[in-house]
Amino acid sequence: MELHVALQKNFGAFSLDVAFTVQGERIGVFGPSGSGKSTLVSLLAGLQQPDNGIIRLDGETLFDSHDATNIPPERRRIGIVFQRPYLFPHMNVKGNLLYGYKRSAPANRRIDFDSLVAVLQLDHLLSRGVHNLSGGEKQRVGIGRTLLSSPRLLLMDEPLSALDDTLKFQIIDYLMAAGEAFRIPYLFISHSLLEMRIMADRVLAVSAGRIEAQTTTEDLARSRMGMSPAGYINLLRLDHPRSVDGMSAYAWGGTELLISDAAGRPESLFELSSKEIILIKRHPGAISARNLLDCTVSGTFRSGDKVGVELACGDDRLVAEVVQEAACELGIEKGSRLFAAIKASAFRRLG
Amino acid sequence: MPAFTSNEYLAILLSLKVATVATLVSLPFGFGVAYLMTYRQFRGKVVLDVAVNLPLTLPPVVIGYILLLLLGQNGFIGRYLLQPLGIRLIFTWKAAVIATAVVGFPLMVRSIRLGMESVDERLIQAARTLGAGWFDTIVTVIIPLSLRGIAAGSALMFARGLGEFGATIVVAGNIPGVTQTIPLAIYEYASSPDGDRMALALCLVSVFISVVVLLLHEYLNRRIARAD
Repeated sequence: MELHVALQKNFGAFSLDVAFTVQGERIGVFGPSGSGKSTLVSLLAGLQQPDNGIIRLDGETLFDSHDATNIPPERRRIGIVFQRPYLFPHMNVKGNLLYGYKRSAPANRRIDFDSLVAVLQLDHLLSRGVHNLSGGEKQRVGIGRTLLSSPRLLLMDEPLSALDDTLKFQIIDYLMAAGEAFRIPYLFISHSLLEMRIMADRVLAVSAGRIEAQTTTEDLARSRMGMSPAGYINLLRLDHPRSVDGMSAYAWGGTELLISDAAGRPESLFELSSKEIILIKRHPGAISARNLLDCTVSGTFRSGDKVGVELACGDDRLVAEVVQEAACELGIEKGSRLFAAIKASAFRRLG
Repeated sequence: MPAFTSNEYLAILLSLKVATVATLVSLPFGFGVAYLMTYRQFRGKVVLDVAVNLPLTLPPVVIGYILLLLLGQNGFIGRYLLQPLGIRLIFTWKAAVIATAVVGFPLMVRSIRLGMESVDERLIQAARTLGAGWFDTIVTVIIPLSLRGIAAGSALMFARGLGEFGATIVVAGNIPGVTQTIPLAIYEYASSPDGDRMALALCLVSVFISVVVLLLHEYLNRRIARAD
């Protein structure tokens, strides 16, 4: 997917003025609320018109103020997953799911109804009225309805921010499963860096109606490490735990990570802040932290007044942060050997 | 209760007919105007709003007189549109329909607008991005979700139509068996020496019809609420 946008839209006190070209399948649009992300979604989908500019998707012009091209929303084939599901209250689940499907040209239909229902686990809900669904079920139906309209680009406008944490990660799993099964390129709009890291590869950072940077989610996370109170969040997808003294041991980096979390699910996503990792130059002999990893520094980076240290442990990577003096004392440079101490309780399961 | 003669029965039937036809004829226009006022931005919106709501504040007699001037033989519409087509409206039941429609129109538009404004704009946007054109969206989203407003508007207009007096008597006259509706018949009996009992009986009929209309409206409302 290639999206080329150069447009202006003025709202008096606020103006959106953006110009970018992005390529890829998993694009993030990151920025605080009020930065113009949702306006951008409306403009791309054709629900609002720019004052002037151009919007081109895969070589097709959707909007061009110079020759007055303006393809109406129903012919753009750009689907939106809204923050709340906005299901049609006068239709049941099946009626909602099929609304866009029936209106799509048969030649464009890339998603089969039954396989979508299977991926989003909606089969037992089909004949239900939408008022009798839980929040997560509603959002799944909303996502399914949009996917079934076979859009060539999906705009996910803060689809997780109205959900609580548990539900959020359930929906993320469904989104990832649907992404893998149906391969529809998307723009994932969010103010959450964590969601961005999970859902996107490349990212447009938006601020006050302007594009601040086009970068990768990894670089974005690293550049924000120094100013974020949470530091850099390491995301670890770990599977097949072994139960050890009430803790779980997961194979990672050629060794095992001990995590104080009862082994339950076969696969879990954990977060670990860069602030929770203590770096030691020599093996301390005995230490209360249950994880002592023998690592090599594979790189360092500056972020604010902190130094980010990328640690290689087997084939896996972790990012730790230290202040400048500590970096000097430890003599950290690419290739140096360090021990990383991490408490078993420092890992937090997501979802 | 005095025995009704054919004139009274005709008046009752005519009242029902005029109110029904006026409601049905106004419905598409009322919906169209409500749609424009709710969803479209255009020049002259305020003018349209004032024009539509004017009958609400004007005395019905004034509306009747304006209609008479417009539709009469020397009126703009009467001379250039109706006469060439061989249509005569003044002092027929059709004039009563027009008078009723004009007087009740603002009530209908207001109710439908309230219904439309209660439809979440995001639902309409969702429909559009799912591939529905604007007409498709009206039929499959806006109408079903503003049915309550449409029902309320129709009931209000029908009820108002049953009671229409001032505009009707000016454009349609008070011809028994032709243009005499219940209110006009009551007026005639009330102003004649021994008409009290007859006037009262017609009043009772009026009350009965109104109660039926209100109950029917309530019933429809509940059915729509249940369907939602």
